[in-house]
Amino acid sequence: MSPFDASPLSPSGGAHVRSVVDEFHGDLLEVSMGPHHPSTHGVFRMIVTLDGERIVKLKPVLGYLHRNHEKIGESTSYLGSMPYTDRLDYLNAMTNNWAYALAVERLGGLAVPERAEYLRVILAELSRLQNHVCLAGFLLQDTGASGTPLMYAFREREKILELFESLSGSRMMCNFQRFGGCRTDASSEWLGQVSSLVNGFGAFLDEFEELITGNEILMARTQGVGVMKGPAAVSAGITGPMLRACGVGYDIRKVDAYGIYPRFTFRVPIGSHGDTYDRYMIRILEMRESIGILQQALRDIPAGPIMDPKAKLRGFRPKPGESYGRIEGPKGEIGFYLISDGSANPYRYRVRPPSFVNLTLLEDLCLGHTIADSVVILGSIDIVLGEVDR
Amino acid sequence: MNPMPTITDEERSELRRHGILLTSVEELYNWGRSHSVWPLQFGLACCAIEMIAASMARFDIARFGSEVFRPSPRQADLLIVSGTVTKKMAPQVVRLWNQMAEPKYCIAMGACAISGGPFKRGYNVLKGIDRFVPVDIYIPGCPPRPEALLHGLMELQKKISGQSISGPEAPRHLRHDTSCEYPVPEFGDHDLVPPKNPEVWKVPESPPKD
Ligand code: SF4
Repeated sequence: MSPFDASPLSPSGGAHVRSVVDEFHGDLLEVSMGPHHPSTHGVFRMIVTLDGERIVKLKPVLGYLHRNHEKIGESTSYLGSMPYTDRLDYLNAMTNNWAYALAVERLGGLAVPERAEYLRVILAELSRLQNHVCLAGFLLQDTGASGTPLMYAFREREKILELFESLSGSRMMCNFQRFGGCRTDASSEWLGQVSSLVNGFGAFLDEFEELITGNEILMARTQGVGVMKGPAAVSAGITGPMLRACGVGYDIRKVDAYGIYPRFTFRVPIGSHGDTYDRYMIRILEMRESIGILQQALRDIPAGPIMDPKAKLRGFRPKPGESYGRIEGPKGEIGFYLISDGSANPYRYRVRPPSFVNLTLLEDLCLGHTIADSVVILGSIDIVLGEVDR
Repeated sequence: MNPMPTITDEERSELRRHGILLTSVEELYNWGRSHSVWPLQFGLACCAIEMIAASMARFDIARFGSEVFRPSPRQADLLIVSGTVTKKMAPQVVRLWNQMAEPKYCIAMGACAISGGPFKRGYNVLKGIDRFVPVDIYIPGCPPRPEALLHGLMELQKKISGQSISGPEAPRHLRHDTSCEYPVPEFGDHDLVPPKNPEVWKVPESPPKD
């Protein structure tokens, strides 16, 4: 095979890419994107090898935000690690808290009161709403719709953050869940505010979709771009909306039935093409399902305590053992693996970060596309560097 | 030599009523500079999300003339260090700072940029960006609210308006004996080499024992 043979690398069946064996004659261009690049969603770096405009090789470089989260967790008490989990995926402190609390509860054999379970569901679904709406805004920003969709997205996000703040005292770093329950109780006014937000959210989504979803430029930029096949996604361990966009119906809320999710009726949206457009649509549909879950939870939430009376937060020393707690975060399976040796700190503290695992197929998604498409593909994966590098 | 004639504020506002604007070059220069501070579009970690929130409709940083986030350091006046600086990232931050044209300013946003914050114990976390870059404004918080960022920006504007354009008090960019290039650290065997820039950062004196 001569070095100049054309081979069809493009997954979308579009333009072909020359796979060049001899780089000397191929006239390839290596571009380093990042760590400071406006559209890498943080300090992420890709070394992209280009043949003209087409990507023939992509090498991600990680670790620019490696903050030693796991190592710090090993020298911190169980309660002391809770605020650190906020800063993993800093858009979704509530779901990170929940996954960590779940792992510690399994380790210590704690039960969670009914009302706290409902509060957790409400907060996790609110968190999903604001994550997905931000993702849609950022994705459109990446396709070149600078400003406006992101402004709309952040307008809604601010409303949700206000609710988080009035309940937990902080906009982003909520530090709200505790093993054995929640930190503060929600007043009935707060629940009323949530339900008025939830009832209005559908109208916002309609408005947003009317402006965006059928937009010709969005379709041209995203349909057939970054196609991922179901089997490849499963073998790479991809979870969350990324996996469901390529037609695999795997949602931990259904599979594990953790918490009180079996009580709610909701559907799991599934895509069929696995391209960027499907990944965008899945998020929109998931938001619509979340609205349904929130309405059911707000209708059914009982009165009662919010903490397990047996739970001892300070000086908590579980029996030796190990546990894994995972939930369906907005980005995929967020899990915590803990090993206890009976002391006040975990012996091993490991995070299973969804955005890091979802990033593994980045090169396969980008091959054969232009460099502008790689930005859109990266945006649709929905990474947060605090979680990727930890 | 006669002393410079001075004019009181009342007289000035009286003149302004008649359509006469009396000002000094220094004031005009600083007024212009302080109301068009263009930040670099550069986010590091969690605090960057609050920085984005500050530029969105609700907090609207455009009210202060700073909505023009520039992707290129060549066009930016303000480096907002918004998040944790790791030892892998510190050389790039200093390089970005060097690439910015004078006059340039730096805001350390959040506990991490000030001191390492919650991650100070980490083996890979720089304990404050002021070890390499001269910081003008520190904004505490984890993360600081967007209002706090706006407050920091207003303090920076105040600082800029107070600068004189000549004499020994003149800022860095108007003097010939200072450089706008700062040494870029490298990642050595164990730590950054050098671990700090002694020109901009000294080991703080320990507080007096009582
Ligand atoms: S100060 Fe807090 S919010 Fe800001 S980057 Fe550091 S950990 Fe994140």
